[in-house]
Amino acid sequence: MSPPFTINDLWAISPEMVLTTAAIILLILDFLLPPGRRAVVGYTGLLGIGATFAALGASAGVRAEAFSGMYLSDPFTLFFKTIFLLIAALIILISLNYLSVEGVDQGEYYALVLFATVGMMIMAASGDLLSLYIGLETMSLSIYVLAGFLRKDRRSNEAALKYLLMGAFSSGILLYGMTLLYGLSGSTNLKAISRTLAAQDLHNPALTLAMILLAAGFGFKIATVPFHMYLPDAYEGAPTSVTAFMSVGPKAAGFAVLLRVFLLAIPSLQGSWVQLFYVLSVLTMTVGNVVAIAQKNIKRMLAYSSIAHVGYLLIGLVAGSPLGISAILLYLLVYILMNVGAFAMVILLCRQGLRGDQIEDFSGLAQKSPLAAATMLIFLLSLAGIPPTGGFVAKFYVFGAAIKAGYVLLAVIAVVNTAISLFYYMRVAMVMYMREEPSPITALSPSRPLHWALAIAILGILIIGVYPGPFLGWAWVSLTGLL
Amino acid sequence: MELGLFIVLALVAMASAIAVIIQRNPVYSALYLILTFLSLAGLYLQLQAQFIAAIQVIVYAGAIMVLFLFVIMLLDLRKEEQRAVKGGYQLLIGLLLAAILLGELGLVFGGGVLKGVPGEFSPEKVSALGNTQVVGRLLFTDFLLPFELTSVILLVAIVGAIVLAKRRLD
Amino acid sequence: MPIEYLPILALIVLAVLFALGTLLMSSIFGPKRPTPEKLSPYECGITPVGTARERFSVKFYLIAMLFIVFDIEIVFLYPWAVVFRQLRLFGLIEMAIFILILCIGLCYAWKKGGLEWE
Repeated sequence: MSPPFTINDLWAISPEMVLTTAAIILLILDFLLPPGRRAVVGYTGLLGIGATFAALGASAGVRAEAFSGMYLSDPFTLFFKTIFLLIAALIILISLNYLSVEGVDQGEYYALVLFATVGMMIMAASGDLLSLYIGLETMSLSIYVLAGFLRKDRRSNEAALKYLLMGAFSSGILLYGMTLLYGLSGSTNLKAISRTLAAQDLHNPALTLAMILLAAGFGFKIATVPFHMYLPDAYEGAPTSVTAFMSVGPKAAGFAVLLRVFLLAIPSLQGSWVQLFYVLSVLTMTVGNVVAIAQKNIKRMLAYSSIAHVGYLLIGLVAGSPLGISAILLYLLVYILMNVGAFAMVILLCRQGLRGDQIEDFSGLAQKSPLAAATMLIFLLSLAGIPPTGGFVAKFYVFGAAIKAGYVLLAVIAVVNTAISLFYYMRVAMVMYMREEPSPITALSPSRPLHWALAIAILGILIIGVYPGPFLGWAWVSLTGLL
Repeated sequence: MELGLFIVLALVAMASAIAVIIQRNPVYSALYLILTFLSLAGLYLQLQAQFIAAIQVIVYAGAIMVLFLFVIMLLDLRKEEQRAVKGGYQLLIGLLLAAILLGELGLVFGGGVLKGVPGEFSPEKVSALGNTQVVGRLLFTDFLLPFELTSVILLVAIVGAIVLAKRRLD
Repeated sequence: MPIEYLPILALIVLAVLFALGTLLMSSIFGPKRPTPEKLSPYECGITPVGTARERFSVKFYLIAMLFIVFDIEIVFLYPWAVVFRQLRLFGLIEMAIFILILCIGLCYAWKKGGLEWE
């Protein structure tokens, strides 16, 4: 019996192999190094991400359905792997100082971030329901632990527990959907499922049920509205750096598998799932934006704002055109930069014994540190979608795709929602600029890695905002093999 | 014989599952859960899935139940046992939702709507080759990637257990 | 259902019948003259102390979780053992990688004191 894979297959998964090895090295380093020197683990993690990036570059040209179709190496995979590595690097940068401020300077943290990233990369690359599920669980399990990383903090424990319970529940729903799909098509391979279903009668209630269950399962991961209840509590309680990770990582990975499964395995059902996502999109952005207005805690506000953004992202899927899907990819890239940036600002305000996660904590920031206030302002403008930021460009393309595909009403609803969102984003700006400082707050907790992360995020948002062409082109090229 | 055995196993599985939720003493509930798992293992055997049946006994009835019992003993549940089960609207809504779900499932699966597509491995082929052999062959060839990834999940589980449950790290 | 499982079925039926039968018989035929001594739980002949429903230490839980992880590892070894002759060398390498990753997990748990009783 010959090996079930080729050298080409190994090339295709070399980024995952490098990253897994890096994560394992971090674990070993963690127990070899003395307790005071754990930041070294974090920097080694950055090194590992760099090495993975190099492997990604070296294997970028490999096109394969590796490991019997389990793993697809195509431009779509490449796009998502790149943004996952970007996420991991940003998260490590914003965590380096924050972990010692919170007093949980543990090496496992960085290893778990890398393991979660491996899971996301496998998700985006999976061409089979089984590898998709395993990747999803690798990601989720790591993030459950990260959410509870402040072990002495009750709110962190609560966040981890809620996230775990809802995650396990949604995995169950997802598995049920997958099982039905497998039973109806006789295969777990996405392309094989598509081929079998194309020859079948589509007026099958079991098939509709499978589709709804899959949408619900992924809906929990990306937090669309009926499945979002756990999200604000989980985001509020988790360590802020982990909240930043949770708000971008699982969502980007969730969209990757959502697009893969719905466009590759069940495109024949597009007529029905477009209606489903239309309703979900309207509900998600409206509820997210309206509830965000009432929030006093900035982490909760950003949680609801991230729900609203999922609503905007779904518009691209409803449009369903190559323009719509590439707009989703571009939107995800911008969303990652601006959301991680906003959470990095919350971390900047967090000091020993003070969480700094109330909106009130931002008051008088403009007097105290004009640069910090201006940075936050750019993130807020981008989140609201105001030119010349990347947030505007992303929204412009998504809404434009909807109008071009004939969903004018949906685009109008989205624009109204954007107007609502201005209210709560600008309230933070107002607190920063208009309010006198109520009490003299102690110094911010700046650190060089955090500044690096903020600089990357700001530059990314502004470059995409001013000169979006190459990024849109990249997103466009990434659709090869998907549509 | 086949049908009779199926009916007995299915009835035992359902009866013990109901007993799990109506028992006041959580330890008894856990023991009934073991009975449910065992009868499910019997059903898997009837479906020619010997390997899954063995796993059901080893992992679920064995390891997972140990965890269940530990959790029950970790918590102080004596007060819980004495508390009366709340009825009222919660029970009513629950029953209503259960009835709706049952109706939906009946709609989907009843009347022979669900026509699956037979896969590559027919029951005859599997029993000729041996169930565990087939699982092994597939697991270590076609499904090699998910298999290796499983070890990463298990590693994360070990790290998670230590990070969250160990009183003092270092 | 494969016919070779019939002896196991027979064994289960016999075991259940025997257990029920003994309980039933002794409750029918046994004399009942209870005293407080007889009704107290039997603890190797020593007078019972406290209740049997003590709360367990959370340390047991950590051990149990680690046990499950390695139990699942073992589950993968069964099908491997059955087919490893057909898989030849690369089958050995596959399993070696799997075990190696878990060994690192074991080392980690060990070094972090996860196996110690503090």
